[in-house]
Amino acid sequence: MPQSLLLKNGRIIDPANNIDSPGSLLLENGKIKSVYLGDYANSPQGECQVIDASGKWIVPGLVDMHVHLREPGEEYKETVESGTRAAASGGFTAVACMPNTSPVNDNEAVTTLILAKAKKAGFAKVYPVAAISQHSDGSRLAEFGELQKAGAVALSDDGRPVENSQLMRRALEYSTNFDFLLISHAEEMTLCGDGVMNEGPLSTRLGLRGIPRIAEEIMIYRDLALAEYVNRPIHIAHISTRESVDLIRRAKLKGCQVTAETTPHYFTLTEEAIGDYNTAAKMNPPLRTLDDRQAIQEGLEDGTIDAIATDHAPHSRAEKEVEFDLAANGIIGLETSVPLALALVRDKIISPTRLVELMSVNPCRILGVKGGSLDQGASADVTLIDPDLTFTYEEKDVVSKSKNSPFLTWSLQGKAVLTILNGKITFDAL
Amino acid sequence: MEVVHKFCHKHILGLEQLSPDDIDFLLRSAASFKEISTRQIKKVPALRGRTVINLFFEPSTRTRLSFEVAAKRMSADTFNISASTSSLKKGETLIDTALNLAAMKPDIIIIRHSHSGSPGLLAKHTKASIINAGDGTHEHPSQGLLDMMTVLEKKGRIGGLKIAIIGDIAHSRVAHSNIIGFTKMGANVSVSGPATLLPMGIEHLGATVCSSVDEAVEGADVIMALRIQSERQKDPLIPSLREYATFFGINKRALTLAKPDALIMHPGPMNRGVELDPDLADGPHSVILDQVTNGVAMRMALLYAIMGGGEG
Repeated sequence: MPQSLLLKNGRIIDPANNIDSPGSLLLENGKIKSVYLGDYANSPQGECQVIDASGKWIVPGLVDMHVHLREPGEEYKETVESGTRAAASGGFTAVACMPNTSPVNDNEAVTTLILAKAKKAGFAKVYPVAAISQHSDGSRLAEFGELQKAGAVALSDDGRPVENSQLMRRALEYSTNFDFLLISHAEEMTLCGDGVMNEGPLSTRLGLRGIPRIAEEIMIYRDLALAEYVNRPIHIAHISTRESVDLIRRAKLKGCQVTAETTPHYFTLTEEAIGDYNTAAKMNPPLRTLDDRQAIQEGLEDGTIDAIATDHAPHSRAEKEVEFDLAANGIIGLETSVPLALALVRDKIISPTRLVELMSVNPCRILGVKGGSLDQGASADVTLIDPDLTFTYEEKDVVSKSKNSPFLTWSLQGKAVLTILNGKITFDAL
Repeated sequence: MEVVHKFCHKHILGLEQLSPDDIDFLLRSAASFKEISTRQIKKVPALRGRTVINLFFEPSTRTRLSFEVAAKRMSADTFNISASTSSLKKGETLIDTALNLAAMKPDIIIIRHSHSGSPGLLAKHTKASIINAGDGTHEHPSQGLLDMMTVLEKKGRIGGLKIAIIGDIAHSRVAHSNIIGFTKMGANVSVSGPATLLPMGIEHLGATVCSSVDEAVEGADVIMALRIQSERQKDPLIPSLREYATFFGINKRALTLAKPDALIMHPGPMNRGVELDPDLADGPHSVILDQVTNGVAMRMALLYAIMGGGEG
């Protein structure tokens, strides 16, 4: 007997097929068998698990194209297993993990290890992003060909920029031979100095060293110029300022092959979240101002920004319960991305369809991986979202190994309630 | 009729948290404590049996000693921990240090630390009262209070005065506390210095930013020169101390622009001939040593107030 699963009478949102309609979805043998639009009154034939999806959204499995899984090297913060378990509980069926592990993912061995761990865990597809430069130290190119053969889907020195412009140019050029996407962590380091938060009146008041917005914008401009010059695509990671959005908007109007992502914290929070030196609100790029948050939301609305990624960055208490200056950058995000994005839907900033584009369709397209649609015969990667469910996000409920979130104790609305990977349920909160 | 004000702060983390009434209370209280230091027997029993720990992670002579003298004159038991002798040198975190100190049941911990916000972190993890003796580039509340005390003593008022603060505003916690404090008490604070040393948004703390030193000191009742740290030359902030002294140092010419009875202040330690002409530092306008004397009285008032002596 075939193994089948019916998600019955939900709201199917499948932008790739132009569908936003009541309907049901039948999965069989790990594949999408068929989509039934309208009211599905029949009983499925044979042995079939039926899940009542009424009041819920049936969407292609969500993809987070920017996470840190910390393995190898910092398994006390997160592992491939714990990180992908957190991903599944946040509604994700795939994540792309950044190479700033220890050792850096600049070689076949590390890429292979991550893929093997992911396969063994079985919670989500893992797409390794490998390093642009060896050890991500910005001096020599990593072996792009070997990394691609091992299974890396894109390249980035994320965690730090490629400071040397000539090396970035060469990386963009050399990526042509492998049609490899480069992801830019845009940060002009001499301007950042040893800053720890957005530069402005608040950093002055708190006596904390500032990171000027121009540090991000100048580097985005450089990378856009380099990519245009050598006619290659480029993806800009975690943008946080108004001018960054404008730069990308203008580059797209010019016809440049640029894509960009932002994170839930940049469209939800401002630097005010730092409050009384709250290290859970410390990240890089730093939280910006109300005006920047507004611009990020506009960019999500008008299509300038292509993807919502979390930059999920687990850190243990040891890295966060210290002086603000000394605290590590980054927050976890996999389990709060869906509710925070749904807040944009409730605020009429984006439509449900746009949300699915930002969190599934576009990340797959940018990374050049399968997924992002409910095509018949496609891998049965599906997320069921309850847009109305309200809950309080509490530390005891956090699935990730680390608990560094500024959203703890927040009352949130909307949540992934069922995550299905290759037809198998990886998370079930029904 | 005496206005009664209840001072109900457990910690002194910054002047930002104090109301004008709180500051007024401390200024009055310090003025009365000042007399104790002029007695032959310079000791009162107000804090007998209280334990005060001086936890200094940065070098300090004046402030540490001032707090210690203040505590001893109030009969508290004082203990000093400095970075070179503490476990922090051995990699202990600030929170662990705090928990260990707290286990010995001190009443007050006075902390100086190079990281902004450290006193607040300590306050969250101990039961003791915390006094910020300077944190990073954030605040130095006791210095701000003793500066206000000195101005009040010499001028009879703070409201309506023009206070010019000149120099490295960006790296000066003293400047931050003074801007906040003097502004709260109704003074007008003007700041000036090399634009590289004026932090973004300082006007939001209440200061008026002047493009020249002359503009800042013109008609000023008080000129406060800030220490220019020679290590700042490593960053591309100022070309040289020589150029700084020429264009931003407070000299006799600058003094002629101020009110005839203007006060010259400096929080110390001073680079003579850089931010301040030595003749001015030692001249009749200077109240630099009064600041130090008042420091002890103000810190006595602070210790007393947070130990519950705050009933006005």
